[in-house]
Amino acid sequence: MQMPFRGSWGGFMLSVLTPLMKIVEIPFVLVQKFFGVRRVAWVFLAPNLILFALFAFIPIYLNFAYSFTSGGNILLEDRPDAGWENFRTLTACDNYLDPNSCERDVFWRALFNTVWFVTLQVAFMVGFSLVTAIILNREIRARGFFRSVFFFPVMLSPVVIALTWKWILQRHGILNASLDAMGYEPVWWLVDRQWAFAWSVFLTVWAHMGFYTLILLAGLQAIPRDVYDAALMDRASPWRTFRHITLPLLSPTMLVVLVLAGIKGVQTFDEVYAFTGGGPGSATTLIIQYIYETGFGGAPRLFGLAAAASILIAGLLVILTGLQFWANRRNVDG
Amino acid sequence: MANAIAFLTRTRGRNGRWDWTDWVSYGYLMFGVFIIFGPILWLMMSSFKTEADIYRYPPKFLPHVQETVMVDGYDDPLPLYSIVSGEHKGRTLAQLRRVGLVAQMIDPRNPDERLKVNISDREAIESVGFAFGNYTEVFERFTLLRYFYNSTFITLVTTAIALIANSMAAFALSKYQFRGRTAILMVVIGTLMIPQTVVLVPLFMVVRELGLVNNLWGVIIPSAATPTGVFLLRQYMLTIPDEILDAARMDKASEWKIFWRIILPLSAPAIAVLAILSIIWRWNDFLWPLIVLSENEQFTLQLALNSLQGESIIEWSYLLAMTVLTLLPVTVVFMFLQKYITTGIASTGGK
Repeated sequence: MQMPFRGSWGGFMLSVLTPLMKIVEIPFVLVQKFFGVRRVAWVFLAPNLILFALFAFIPIYLNFAYSFTSGGNILLEDRPDAGWENFRTLTACDNYLDPNSCERDVFWRALFNTVWFVTLQVAFMVGFSLVTAIILNREIRARGFFRSVFFFPVMLSPVVIALTWKWILQRHGILNASLDAMGYEPVWWLVDRQWAFAWSVFLTVWAHMGFYTLILLAGLQAIPRDVYDAALMDRASPWRTFRHITLPLLSPTMLVVLVLAGIKGVQTFDEVYAFTGGGPGSATTLIIQYIYETGFGGAPRLFGLAAAASILIAGLLVILTGLQFWANRRNVDG
Repeated sequence: MANAIAFLTRTRGRNGRWDWTDWVSYGYLMFGVFIIFGPILWLMMSSFKTEADIYRYPPKFLPHVQETVMVDGYDDPLPLYSIVSGEHKGRTLAQLRRVGLVAQMIDPRNPDERLKVNISDREAIESVGFAFGNYTEVFERFTLLRYFYNSTFITLVTTAIALIANSMAAFALSKYQFRGRTAILMVVIGTLMIPQTVVLVPLFMVVRELGLVNNLWGVIIPSAATPTGVFLLRQYMLTIPDEILDAARMDKASEWKIFWRIILPLSAPAIAVLAILSIIWRWNDFLWPLIVLSENEQFTLQLALNSLQGESIIEWSYLLAMTVLTLLPVTVVFMFLQKYITTGIASTGGK
C-alpha cells in the first residue's frame, strides 16, 4: 500500500491525528471559556463516567429491581412484581445445615461448596505462598527466574488451566499411568465427588499462588534488615526470629492477602466451570456458577432469582471488601 | 570442573557453605518448577502426538511417530511393523490393511508376496518425532482464524478504549481541584467494590437494551470500564509536578493539549503497564463473553475451547493443539515483559 501522506506511517498517523485532536479539543476549550478551567475536569471525566453509569450503576439499581420480580420475561415492565418471594424461596430451609431440606437446594449446596472451597483455598493459598515467599526472600540464586516461574500460571487463561489439568487427570492420563506403574489402582479423579472438589481447590491454588507470593515477598522485603541483625546479635534462633520478628511485621500484609484471597475465592467461576462443569452432580458447583446457570444456563431463565442470589452474594463481598480496606489502611499505617 | 561446582553451589555471604536449609530451599523451588512447568510441557508434548499416540496407555513423554516405508506399486507410505512371534518372527513387514484380527502385510524387499499376520504378533516400529497434523487439522476443521480474530479484536479495542477513558479520568482526578472530586473518587472506589460477577443479570439487560447481544461490542464496551486503571494511572500522575501544567497554561495551551502533549507522554510507563495487564486480562476473559456471545461465529478462543471440551466425546487431539495456540501469545508476552507485569500486578492488587 502506498502511503498517501509524507511517505511514512508516522507522518500518516500525524496527518490523521492532528485534525482529530483539533476536533476533540473543541469541547474542552468551550467549557473552559464559559465555566472556568476547573470545570474542564468534568469533560475529562465524562467518557469514564458514562461507562461506569451504564455498566456499573444502572446495573446495580436494576439488580435490585429485578430481584423483586418473577417470570421469564426479559423486559422489566413485563415482569410481574414478586415482592420478597425470590429472597424467601432462596432462604427457605427447614434445617440450614442440610441443603436437602431447602426449597432451593442447589443454591444452598453451591453456598456450602463455596464456603468450603474458599476456606480450603485460602488456607492452602496463604500457606504455600508464605513458604514460597520466605524461600524466595533468602539469598537465592536466580531469584527472578523462580519468581517468574511461580507467577507464570497467573497469566494463563482459566480455560487453558482447566484443560491442562483435565488432560493430566483423565482416566488414561499421565497421573493414572504413573500410579499404575507404581502399583496403585488408577482413580477416576473427576468422577469421584471428593477428588473432583480437592482437585478444583488445587487447581485454583496452582493458578493464583504466584500473585499472593509476590505480595508477601514485597511485604517481607519491606522488613528492615537491621531488625534481623539485632536478632542475630542476641543469638535468637531462626525459629524465634521468624515467630517474633517476621510474622508480626508481616501480619498487615498477611491480612491483605487473606482478605483478597477470600474475595477472589468467593468469585471463583471460570477455572472450575471449565474444569468440572460443576460436577459430578453438584459437587463442585460454586455460587457464581449457580447464578450463571439460574439466569443464563437454560430455560426457564430465572432472572429474578439469579438477581436475588447476586444481592445476597454482593452483601457478603461488600463485607469482605470493607475488611480489605480496613486491612489496607492498617498496612499503610503500620 | 571443581570451579564450576563451586560456582553453582555458592551462596552469597556464607562462605560458600551449604547447610540443610539451602538444600530444602532449592529442593522446594525445583519442585515448584516441576509442578508448574511439568503440566505445560506435558500439554505441549501431547499436542504434537498423533491420534494413536495420544490415546496410548501408558503414555510416553516424547511424541512418537510410526516409521513408514515407500513400496513400489503403492502410492502412500506404508506403516512398518516388526513381527515378534508367529511364523514370520524376526522380520520387518509393512502393513497393507487390517481385516479384523489379521493384518495383510508385505515384505518391503519383496512386495509381491502377501503375508497374513495375526495383529498380536506384530509391534509398531516407532521413533521420536513431532507430528504437526493436529495443528494443521485444527485450522482446517475449525474456524480458528475467526476465533483468533474475535479474541484479538476484543482485546485490542477494549484496551484502547480503557486506556483513553481511564487516562482522561485519572488526569481529572489528579490534576484538578474541583467540587465533587471526593465524591467521584468514592464512586470509583464503589465500582471497585462491585465486581462484574454479581451484576451479571442487569448488565446483560443493559447490553441487550443497547442491542449488543451476540455482538463483539457487547463484550468490549462493558469491559472497558475498569476502575483499576483509573487508580493505577491517577497514582502515577500525582507524581507529575503541577508546575509543568502551570507553565503550559502560561503559554496558552488548552487543557486538552496539556493532557495530550504533556501528561500522556510523561505517564507512558504507567500506561504501558496498564496496557499489558489489560491485554492479558481481556485475552483470558471468560464469563462475560460466555454470557454475551452465544453464536459460534462470535466465539473468542476461550469460548471455542470451552465449547469443544464440553462435547460428550472430547477430541483431545484438536483440543490440545488449540489449547497450546491459546496459551502461546500470553506466554510470549510474559517472557519478554515479565518484569513490568509482575510489578504492575503487585501494585494494582489483581484485576
